[in-house]
Amino acid sequence: MKVVVCVKQIPDPADPGALDPETKTLKRDMKLILDESDSYGVEMALQLVDAAGEGEVTLVSMAPNNERSGLSTALAMGAASATLVSDPALQGSDSLTTAKVLAAAIKDQSPDLVIAGSESSDGYTGTVPEQIAGVLDLPSVTAAKSITVDGSSIKVQRQTDAGHDDVECPMPCVVSVTAGVVEPRYPSFKGIMAAKSKPVDEKTAADLGFDADAVGWAGAGQEIVDVAEAPQREAGEIVEDDGEAYTRIVGFLEELKII
Amino acid sequence: MTYVPPIRDINFVLDHVADVDDLLTRPPFTDVDRETLDFMIEEVGRFMAEVIAPTNVDGDKIGATWSVGDDGYGRVTVPESFTSAYKQFVASGFGAVPFDPEFGGGGFPWIAAIAIQELMTSANMAFALCPLLTQGAIDAIHHHGTDDQKALYLPKMLTGEWTGTMNLTEPHAGSDVGALTSKAEPVGDGSFKISGQKIFITFGEHEMAENIIHLVLARTPGSPPGTKGISMFLVPKYLANEDGSPGQRNDVSCVSIEHKLGIHGSPTCVLAFGENDGAIGWPLGDEGAGMRNMFTMMNNARLSVGLQGLALTERAYQQALGYAQERVQGTAVGAEKGAKSPIIDHANVRRMLMTQRSWIDAMRCLLYENAAALDRTVGGGDDAEAQQEWADLLIPLSKGLCTDVVNEMTSLAIQIHGGMGFVEETGVAQYYRDARIAAIYEGTNGIQAADLVGRKLPMRGGAVVLEKLDAAAALAAELTGVAPLGDFGPRLTEATAAARRATEWLLEHGMTNPNNALAGSTPYLRMLGVVICGSLLGTLAKATLDADDDADFLAAKQASARFFGEQILPTVGALEAQVTAGADLLFALSAEQLA
Ligand SMILES: Cc1cc2nc3c(=O)[nH]c(=O)nc-3n(C[C@H](O)[C@H](O)[C@H](O)COP(=O)(O)OP(=O)(O)OC[C@H]3O[C@@H](n4cnc5c(N)ncnc54)[C@H](O)[C@@H]3O)c2cc1C
Repeated sequence: MKVVVCVKQIPDPADPGALDPETKTLKRDMKLILDESDSYGVEMALQLVDAAGEGEVTLVSMAPNNERSGLSTALAMGAASATLVSDPALQGSDSLTTAKVLAAAIKDQSPDLVIAGSESSDGYTGTVPEQIAGVLDLPSVTAAKSITVDGSSIKVQRQTDAGHDDVECPMPCVVSVTAGVVEPRYPSFKGIMAAKSKPVDEKTAADLGFDADAVGWAGAGQEIVDVAEAPQREAGEIVEDDGEAYTRIVGFLEELKII
Repeated sequence: MTYVPPIRDINFVLDHVADVDDLLTRPPFTDVDRETLDFMIEEVGRFMAEVIAPTNVDGDKIGATWSVGDDGYGRVTVPESFTSAYKQFVASGFGAVPFDPEFGGGGFPWIAAIAIQELMTSANMAFALCPLLTQGAIDAIHHHGTDDQKALYLPKMLTGEWTGTMNLTEPHAGSDVGALTSKAEPVGDGSFKISGQKIFITFGEHEMAENIIHLVLARTPGSPPGTKGISMFLVPKYLANEDGSPGQRNDVSCVSIEHKLGIHGSPTCVLAFGENDGAIGWPLGDEGAGMRNMFTMMNNARLSVGLQGLALTERAYQQALGYAQERVQGTAVGAEKGAKSPIIDHANVRRMLMTQRSWIDAMRCLLYENAAALDRTVGGGDDAEAQQEWADLLIPLSKGLCTDVVNEMTSLAIQIHGGMGFVEETGVAQYYRDARIAAIYEGTNGIQAADLVGRKLPMRGGAVVLEKLDAAAALAAELTGVAPLGDFGPRLTEATAAARRATEWLLEHGMTNPNNALAGSTPYLRMLGVVICGSLLGTLAKATLDADDDADFLAAKQASARFFGEQILPTVGALEAQVTAGADLLFALSAEQLA
């Protein structure tokens, strides 16, 4: 079983840096780490390959400056190899371009399954996995909380507000994974030592058949026109209990349509 | 309270003080590449912060508990979170990093183990003691074990599946290890029956691992009194089956555990050997060489305890800083009229934070330099002998200074919290309580000071110390007039001169009357330690002048070095009088008059 996991490398959320006022995007010229929301996909993929008893997990990432720190973490967790697409021309790519580039990198590998996170922790567009499926003309399942392989198809529990839906989907397909649904393993010392000799195939936009003016800022169909500070959280309401406070709480919960 | 691993600070010291890039060009470390080392330290940091740190409060609140097991032997239970965290630690393989690849180790230099230990100890000191003692036992078996012993025990101990203990202390034999009376009677088949009682044995009993390998000091029949009659024995909790798996229970029982000021998660055990059918043990190393062999691990063990001083200061500082940013009280100078200020804006609170911060940098320089010096002795390079002297001199400073300072720094962390610091709920009191043991075990700081003036100062007739002071003075001259460092250079010059005078006094007066040297040994350890820290911080500060790094980060390092220079180095002046006062006044009152 061959599983490709799309992983994003992002600025450390503990020290996220700043927005570039000119481009209105996050500065990403520092060391990047594996997006936590992708670590769940890596873990799920490793478990699926383990359960299948054969195959491998490979990674695909698009990142500036040939950055591979985050890839190293995923390789140390157990992925076998990675494709890293890095090219100054790709700077400013919107989510559709990103999806096209990743799809091109995935295509060569003919995987049985493509896994991605539902949304990245730094950009939150939440549309790349479905667009990859569109570009590759593959079925797409979103918001997976568990995946099991059943012959040539997969069974997925899709998270919903009420609980989950059971979905079946033929392979190959693209599945996006909800954050927090599995416990990602920590790289072991052995994994860390092994990671340094795992192949990372570096590719440019041109290697994947893209013209520089079809990607990046030039090719973006989307433009960020404005950014604004998030509004301050409003002060909460403090209810003093005079013996009747529960009625206020019940009223409040009714207002929220929780009860 | 979350813990943020100070990876960048560690890296900066590895780069500019310990010079790890040089270390990795020396055998046997040439296969280790820097990138992998950095990547590992980073992943270890994440593991310790996310997996180990959350268990710290459990260790303190729940602690280790004692009961009698179904088999009649004493049982120790640690918090559940310890057991699951320990399982993850074993899975991580981080316990094997510095050891011999032949037995499953990573072959990394000891300084890598020191970085791992710093991160683990900051996360949870009580928990970290278990791998720490195991590491010491591994070291002993590796140095002194037979090929069979190594093959049987080391692989499982390197993974952490089996843990290790060190059994020296007995009720009448603490600092004076030579007074111990545990016995070892030969059985005739190469094994011995061990009997006696050991006290204060760290992780002497627990069920996190499937076996515990006790290293026990005991006397064989007819052996001479004192340290020359002591031999070391290997006594497993479960005797190994043919296939090496743990089999029959050995006659070692934990008869009680201590109720302590701190490190509640680390069981401190009274172990009874051979109360029933006799505890089986095997000699580790030659008969009569037990003490000498123990000393081969002593340097590493003392360095690790010194590291506890740094690790808890770092953790307490992080918490105190967070509190100082949030707690609002009073109006600081310069604040808007009528506005209330976070306490971090008060000069007095700043002083406490800067003191902690500059000591953290100083201790990290000292400890990592000490580790690097130990590593440089391994490959037998041209400077191996000089590095050995340097490492030997640094050991009592690393252990004694850092574990004294941590008491002051964790106390400041409480002070910064005000009344809330005295209240257990904030958690900062735990660091203060946990830290207190470090100045006591692994040779009390009194013993460290005696080691400094009795063994280390006399090396080459005092020349080792004096050469280091010369080097410090030269660096001080070089840094004088370097604007970003303020008065760091001149203060280091003065402190170095004071330390030289005190050193010369001790060399002159201590040799004729040892009590003169011993009387001044504790202030001398402080004095020399502060000066050596100052000179290592000088090296660090010098590196900031042209290092290719983030400007804010470099400026912060400079400020902290400068603070040490201008505010801490001058305290050395006051110590000179204490060092050179001699013993007379200490004994002016008779023991009866003291009553
Ligand atoms: C929590 C904890 C864990 C421990 N873990 C272990 C362990 O795993 N294995 C183990 O074997 N031991 C362990 N110990 C024992 C520890 O190493 C001893 O407590 C320590 O060596 C001091 O011995 P003592 O307690 O008998 O104090 P004493 O030796 O009685 O010392 C009392 C005081 O006298 C001073 N003093 C004593 N002799 C001299 C001297 N010659 N010169 C100057 N001053 C002197 C000391 O500095 C100290 O201030 C542990 C102790 C504790 C509390």
